[in-house]
Amino acid sequence: MLNFLGKRAVASAISLVGLVLLVFFLSRLTGDPTGLYLPLDASEEARNQFREIHGLNDPLIVQFFSYMADLIRFDFGDSIRRSEPAIDVVMRGFAWTLQLTFVTMSLVVVFAVIFGSLAAFNVGGVFDRIATFFSLIGASAPDFWIAIVAIVIFSVKLGWFPTSGTGTVWHWVMPVSVLFIRPFGLILQIVRGAMITALGSAYVKTARAKGIKNRPIIFVHALRNALLPVITVIGDQAAALLNGAVVIESIFGFPGVGKLMIDSILQRDFTVVMAAIMVTAMAIFVMNLLIDILYSILDPRIRY
Amino acid sequence: MGDHLLDVKNLSVDFHTTHGTVHAVRDVSWHLERGETLAILGESGSGKSVSASAILNLIDMPPGEITSGEILFEGKDVLLMSAEDRRQLNGHRIAMIFQDPLSHLNPVYSIGFQIAETMTAHGVNKGQTREKTIELLARVGIPDPDTKIDAYPHQFSGGQRQRIMIAMALALKPDILIADEPTTALDVTVQAQILTLLEELQEETGMGLLLITHDLGVVAEVADRVVVMNAGQIVETGTASGVYHSPQHPYTKKLIAAIPGEGDMAEPLGSGAEPILEISGLSKHYGAFVALDDVSLTVLPGETVAIVGESGSGKSTLAKTILRLEEATGGQALFQGQDLIRMDANALFKVRRDIQMVFQDPTQSLNPRMSIFDIIAEAFVIHPEILAKQHWKARVCELLEQVGLKAEHMYRHPHQFSGGQRQRIAIARTLALEPKLIVCDEAVSALDVSIQAQVLALLTQLQDDLGLSFLFIAHDLPLVRDFAHRVIVMQSGKIVEQGPVEQIFDAPREKYTRSLIAASLSPDPDVQAVRRTALRKMQEAAV
Repeated sequence: MLNFLGKRAVASAISLVGLVLLVFFLSRLTGDPTGLYLPLDASEEARNQFREIHGLNDPLIVQFFSYMADLIRFDFGDSIRRSEPAIDVVMRGFAWTLQLTFVTMSLVVVFAVIFGSLAAFNVGGVFDRIATFFSLIGASAPDFWIAIVAIVIFSVKLGWFPTSGTGTVWHWVMPVSVLFIRPFGLILQIVRGAMITALGSAYVKTARAKGIKNRPIIFVHALRNALLPVITVIGDQAAALLNGAVVIESIFGFPGVGKLMIDSILQRDFTVVMAAIMVTAMAIFVMNLLIDILYSILDPRIRY
Repeated sequence: MGDHLLDVKNLSVDFHTTHGTVHAVRDVSWHLERGETLAILGESGSGKSVSASAILNLIDMPPGEITSGEILFEGKDVLLMSAEDRRQLNGHRIAMIFQDPLSHLNPVYSIGFQIAETMTAHGVNKGQTREKTIELLARVGIPDPDTKIDAYPHQFSGGQRQRIMIAMALALKPDILIADEPTTALDVTVQAQILTLLEELQEETGMGLLLITHDLGVVAEVADRVVVMNAGQIVETGTASGVYHSPQHPYTKKLIAAIPGEGDMAEPLGSGAEPILEISGLSKHYGAFVALDDVSLTVLPGETVAIVGESGSGKSTLAKTILRLEEATGGQALFQGQDLIRMDANALFKVRRDIQMVFQDPTQSLNPRMSIFDIIAEAFVIHPEILAKQHWKARVCELLEQVGLKAEHMYRHPHQFSGGQRQRIAIARTLALEPKLIVCDEAVSALDVSIQAQVLALLTQLQDDLGLSFLFIAHDLPLVRDFAHRVIVMQSGKIVEQGPVEQIFDAPREKYTRSLIAASLSPDPDVQAVRRTALRKMQEAAV
């Protein structure tokens, strides 16, 4: 197990270096940030001074190595725009995104697993048809459109929820609900499919022959087996949210890492973009590791 | 007439499918007493398992429907009981074990949990289950039950898993144990142990044992009475000995006639001919595990060489290594003088035409999305030198007729054929390449006895007509006895004995060969009784 963790850590470190290379040079291609930060009539001297301060005058390759040298000391540099450490800016946003992801995915998993299991228990029944109908709509609905319609109806017309921000519980209702829809639909379908397979399996027949009650047959015997493929998809969906639900965070003015990233790209705040990408990449690495560990807990046949 | 322990009366079960209604069992009646062993004998599709599933409420409805009849347990009709009352019978008063214990045990829970669950589901206090589970595991012969109780199904051998299933079924001392093909997936020596265990447990508890099987040998070994089923109906009922010695119904007669191991044995071929395949010192290691250890053998043109052994003996690895589906660790395999093991990819491609393989399960080895024509003609696509394209169709027709199928069926897909027909298609596919040697890896093991006989007759015919050689890998000794010229016995990757078929069966020299032959079951209950006594003596002597 420790050996496995070590190998995974090395593999991810290599990917991270590749990622840094890619993002560093690609973001420089977007142009020089000087023009964006200084007034239009700023003198060439002032511009040069700005470039000097932020190290933009050095050749690209020198900039890269000095960035890497700082990175090894966990120094991500200062935000060009906010003149504070980029990592602080990112961690603030990431904390919000982490909460949003956690709340949304917890709800998704609970509801998708319960409804998907019940739908699978009586395939073709009324409950199955309703669940399938709504999950298909959910899985295929464009969430940016739902977000805008939701603001129009629930905030503007009815005035139930605030349009943006994070002040109270009410601020969370709409972003969580909108982000909930698609993973819920998708995961419900996968739970249903996996549960149909599991409930038709030979070991469930054995459980029936043993006189086990229906509820433990579904939630003890079948579910633990069915969860294995489901976990992979849960991880995938959670990773998408962790990456920053860019569009939804922007629409609801939610100060997460997704909104931060898009703002920083537009402002050519390179240090923040880099830090945000590194942090989310690390988070996704940690989450994949958690999923692998969860796999080996759920299935005794998997040992690393 | 007093009440039977279990009395199935006029039971009919239908399955409604998209292709219409299937009458799985029609008007079936049988009964079971305490302490008695009743066998339901039938081939695949005969409906032999359906009535047992109906007893335990295991039939999914829909698509299933019980259209008539009653199932009386201690005089009460279980079909009229509530679902909850039936659940309380299951596992408590009536228990069941199945054919393939690996898939019938839940892979993600420990065996201790799964055995204890039977008890807790029927009201036994959780605190008492662990001790009782350990006792049960010890009783069914699981070594080291104190620690093995926390192990998972994949950590046991096939025979041990079936013992665990038995422990699970017997946890609450049921009145009836239903065993659905309990030994079909097991090696012969393990089969003998499991059947002995079942008999002992029946003597201890006095339960009624309902045994569902396709194997007359199993019937001869354990059954008191037998019910023979064909196409959903009972064709014959009687004592095991009575049915074997004086079958009344034509179907039963046909079934008994098809049993292998009774015919004449083949004479060995003259040794003058140059061998087509000459293997010497072949070995295959997987890390530290030795799958093949210094294996040497020859196959003559027109000869059938059988390789027998239990699972894990290396017989399939041998086939794969010869065909270069696995790379050998050492040794050589000369095919018509060329070494297969060291051949380059080009030469190997050419020689593969001459060596073909028929696999165990034709459902898996034939591509379900290709028509029979495409499956067979693919040989000509890969080796275009065999035949010009305008002759493909005529040749496929010819091949299908050669294996006893209708040429007009060539645009059908594999799922439209029965298991036996599919294996014929697989044989036709190999013949398309005009091979000299066909490796049959358990090629008839998945087929019913009567179909086995037909496929073997086809192979014999093809050998006579085309001079083919067969390397026939099998675990079923009676089949080998009827079919092979020479027999090679393998154990743990080594050849323990080889010789002409008569020598191996009538005068085996090695102890392992003798134990294999002793463990294989005779369909004649009287012969089997004698064999059983002999086998027990051998085992006692070994201890």
